[in-house]
Amino acid sequence: MKRAIWTALSLLAGDAQADRSVPPTGFTARLTLFTAAAMALLAVFALSLSLAAGRLAARWSDELAQTSTLRISAPAEQMAAQTAAALEVLRTTPGIASARALTEEEEQALLTPWFGPDLPLDALPIPRLIEIEAEGRGYDATGLRARLQAEVPGAVLDDHTRWREPLVAAAGKLRGLGALAIVLIGASTAAMITLAAQSALSANAQVIRVLRLVGARDAYIARAFVRRFTLRALSGAAAGTVIGAILVALLPGGAEDGSSVLTGIGFSGADWLWLPLIPPLAAAVAFAATRGAARRMLERQS
Amino acid sequence: MIELRDVAYSYGGGELFSGLSLALAPGSFHFLTGPSGAGKTTLLKLCYGDLVPTSGEVALWGEPTTGMARDGLALNRRRIGVVHQDCQFLDHLPLGDNVALPLTVAGRHHEAAAYLPDLLAWVGLTRHVDRRPPELSGGERQRAALARAVIMSPEVIIADEPTGNIDWEMSQRLLALLVELNRMGKAVLIATHDLNLIRSAKAQVAVRTLRLKDRQLLAAGADL
Repeated sequence: MKRAIWTALSLLAGDAQADRSVPPTGFTARLTLFTAAAMALLAVFALSLSLAAGRLAARWSDELAQTSTLRISAPAEQMAAQTAAALEVLRTTPGIASARALTEEEEQALLTPWFGPDLPLDALPIPRLIEIEAEGRGYDATGLRARLQAEVPGAVLDDHTRWREPLVAAAGKLRGLGALAIVLIGASTAAMITLAAQSALSANAQVIRVLRLVGARDAYIARAFVRRFTLRALSGAAAGTVIGAILVALLPGGAEDGSSVLTGIGFSGADWLWLPLIPPLAAAVAFAATRGAARRMLERQS
Repeated sequence: MIELRDVAYSYGGGELFSGLSLALAPGSFHFLTGPSGAGKTTLLKLCYGDLVPTSGEVALWGEPTTGMARDGLALNRRRIGVVHQDCQFLDHLPLGDNVALPLTVAGRHHEAAAYLPDLLAWVGLTRHVDRRPPELSGGERQRAALARAVIMSPEVIIADEPTGNIDWEMSQRLLALLVELNRMGKAVLIATHDLNLIRSAKAQVAVRTLRLKDRQLLAAGADL
């Protein structure tokens, strides 16, 4: 760790004379800057998508895992008794914070979008719904179903598992795709900078030859190239990150509850702390890519 | 310091020379002569590890160059000052930085201020210190190359036609510098066609002249 920090510090401090040994090459400088900036911009977008998907998955998982519904279908004369029995079962079930039967007005409100506001609830065999809120790590759904089957035969427990799990899984996959995109962006950056470094090394073959003839070690020659490409990647990525952050901040906001991935893209709170990591990571990728390219090239030219 | 034992070298199947042995001891002064294409430059490159022999062994301070690690070779080259035939400069750097390059790559650039002014004055290039090598004449480049070769006070100085592009007066000044360094215990090996240079050197110091001809290295002192 100490060695890595020392390497990074000495790289940033540099050696002005060593740097001057290698002539500046405009094409590779521009290519590295542009690549680092473009890749950092894409990384910002991928990161915001991944974080938004993560937030959505967490919200769905948390909120839906804490609520469930008990539906009681029974003849009208048994409805009140079965509802009371169900509430008693729920009251004595560990992991349930509260259980409440929906009022007729609430059931009316639920059905209004499908049947309109004039639905005569008292004339129809509408099941009674009980809203359950779990606490802590929740309740044992299998055990509760067994008790309800014995004591409230008309009760059906819906803990939302059927549709919650695919949604959470989809959001998780979206987050994974975002992370994969970031990895691919890093790999592409490494490939592009490797090509640029190889180009610079080839263009400076005569310089390398002269440096060797006067006693330069491989590390000295490589360092001049590595430092140059690392600093270019750092500055390019910093510019790309700033532009990306501004563009993401300017994206139109959506639903307040962030229930959609597309309208929830962006950074909130501590998420912004991820952004300053992008330029140093790009520099680290450039450092490794250039050092590898320099070592291979110096090996070939020996 | 530098020793060639039964060395052969081939270019693309054609043997340039073979069975060649040579030892550069501290304080020795060798001239290498021979017709163009005989392999003088190749022999010099073998001496500073720029080439490895096809067979036989070249040893720098006891260590064979064949299989020598690149960093080890670099450290050995700091002990050898080389004046290349084509000078070999970094064209984007001013002359002063080029002459100080061996100090720079050795991490001793701070010492340049102590040596560079006197050295440039000695080879008559003080007013060219900020000019780039392509702006210099052939003779000026060769003088700069000699200054670069000696700035580290190397143990061995190898020069390939160092007076090829300079006038008689300047060649005598350069020879005087080499003789002075030789008297300080440095080994000197110079490849040249300039017989007058060899005669001048003989008048000042004990010189051994070698002739590379017909793939063999022969002592040629008696002929001069």
